[in-house]
Amino acid sequence: MNPTRTERRLAPRETAYVVLGGLVAALAAPVVWLLAGLATGLLVVFVGVAFVGLLLVVSEGLSRWHRARAAALLDVVVDAPAGPVDPGWRGWLARLGRATTWRQLAYNAVVGPVVLGLSAALLAFCWGGGLVLVSSPLWARVSPEVAALPGGVLQGVGRIWTSTAVGFGCLLLAPRLARWLAALDVAVLRPMLGETRGEQLSPRVTALEQTRAGVIDAADAERRRIERDLHDGAQQRLTSLALNLGMARSTLAPDAPPETRRAIEEAHDEAKQALAELRGFVRGLHPAVLDERGLDAALSGIVARSPVPTSLHVLLAERPPRTLEAIAYFVVSEALTNVAKHSGATAATVRVTSDRTRLVVEVTDNGRGGATIGAGSGLTGLTNRVASVDGTLTVTSPLGGPTVLRAEMPCVS
Amino acid sequence: MRVVIAEDSILLRDGLIRLLGANGIEVVEAVGDAESALVAVERHQPDLALLDVRMPPTHTDEGLRAALVIRAQWPDVALLILSQYVEERYAADLLASTTSSVGYLLKDRVADVDEFVESLRRVADGGTALDPEVVAQLLLRRDKSPLQRLTDRERETLTLMAEGRSNSGIARSLHVSESAIAKHVNAIFTKLDMPTTSGDHRRVLAVLQYLSD
Repeated sequence: MNPTRTERRLAPRETAYVVLGGLVAALAAPVVWLLAGLATGLLVVFVGVAFVGLLLVVSEGLSRWHRARAAALLDVVVDAPAGPVDPGWRGWLARLGRATTWRQLAYNAVVGPVVLGLSAALLAFCWGGGLVLVSSPLWARVSPEVAALPGGVLQGVGRIWTSTAVGFGCLLLAPRLARWLAALDVAVLRPMLGETRGEQLSPRVTALEQTRAGVIDAADAERRRIERDLHDGAQQRLTSLALNLGMARSTLAPDAPPETRRAIEEAHDEAKQALAELRGFVRGLHPAVLDERGLDAALSGIVARSPVPTSLHVLLAERPPRTLEAIAYFVVSEALTNVAKHSGATAATVRVTSDRTRLVVEVTDNGRGGATIGAGSGLTGLTNRVASVDGTLTVTSPLGGPTVLRAEMPCVS
Repeated sequence: MRVVIAEDSILLRDGLIRLLGANGIEVVEAVGDAESALVAVERHQPDLALLDVRMPPTHTDEGLRAALVIRAQWPDVALLILSQYVEERYAADLLASTTSSVGYLLKDRVADVDEFVESLRRVADGGTALDPEVVAQLLLRRDKSPLQRLTDRERETLTLMAEGRSNSGIARSLHVSESAIAKHVNAIFTKLDMPTTSGDHRRVLAVLQYLSD
């Protein structure tokens, strides 16, 4: 809402906000104190419990009013803390365990009455005193005694004009003071009667964690599905094709035209090559043996197939969660592809270790080094995949080697 | 020779039936899952069962489990396992119970029809046929130090031995004489400190034992 000229100059909304708030807080304070006293004093007796309940009801009611005040006068929306869902006595018991209950009580018993009360008094004095002093010359006509009241030390005509000047000062100051005090109260009220940033974010974080886990699982499931589809479809068809071409090749009559022979031989070789390439690709996705026999068993397949001679050491305290297994497998698969393509290495080592808290994958090669994560390499994808489970991926690769790629993932089950 | 085939892809099953038929091998029954494979083996008592690893219902290692059951119940039936991928762990399971009349090959190998039929006959005759990729994975698991004492030629020879080939078979694929291979084989046995054995089958057994220890 755009403030009008008057509102900008005189800050009537802020003034009302502070004065009304201070008034209500101060008036309510004795009730709050009385209830608090009765509640603590009589807690040993059963009736004390009733006062505790009453105190909470009053405190929540007051909080609601203060929030409404902020919304109505300053357009400051403070969301009420998410309350316990249970309306019965369990809900009331749960309230006692919540920080927000005690913050609200502290506001209504102490901060509201004291800070807001004093603010209101100060502001009222500033406005009221200012108006009275500004009008000193008027008063002087009517009744010199009354006009002399505010600035008793000054004498004569000068005294009256000085009072007027001080009054002007007060009136100039009052709107600023109102804005400032209103801002102060909002700053205190927002965390005390609403939710703190942490409280606001914590359900969001929980929700994000859940959806992220869901996305990761969905991606894993998708990879499994693609693997399965290719296995049942394209791979079988291609194998059958290669088999038929193989039969054609071996049963070709010796006097067959050389072009026919060459065409069949080439088709056969192509089919076998395609089969091998497809197998390499599909094996990198999500092998069935990974689900069934775990990381160690699955890794020997890709490590043995690596063109760079690679040794494998797997030492797992216990079987890591499936999601982590899939990521660790992917890390090794990608890392070995990189080693073969870019490193010029003649030897590599894959080391997978775990304890109760983390799973560590390390791929080392003796190549030329100089690998970086940002270089548009597959390493960026790896980093993201590892980060998706709050893990970290580091690459140490000085020029001249050796290159060490290390992924560390926390194990939370 | 009489063979039972268990392969869930109809396309490939038909291809295998034709391939074996063309080579004078009788396919007595071809089925699409492990359950039926066991029934078929019991009914026909074939010379060899040709099994795909991944079959319904779970599409994981049904064929392998079926193979272990067949070996335990009908030890005379030779086993040839086919798979889109070979896994050293599956090979270890298979070889733990037996190293004769058993084979484990990549499905790709069926495309080299003559070699495939030769492997199949070797297995049916009590021999072994391990895919080079399985052997590579088994070698990976070994402590490297004794293997490093082998020359490149000797290592090649060891790999081919582990695949289940005879001296003449190894000589053919390395394009050298049989006597040269015999020399390599002796050197390997000495360097790896393995008991000297005669006969192809027993030799393969020694090699596999060495690799899977």
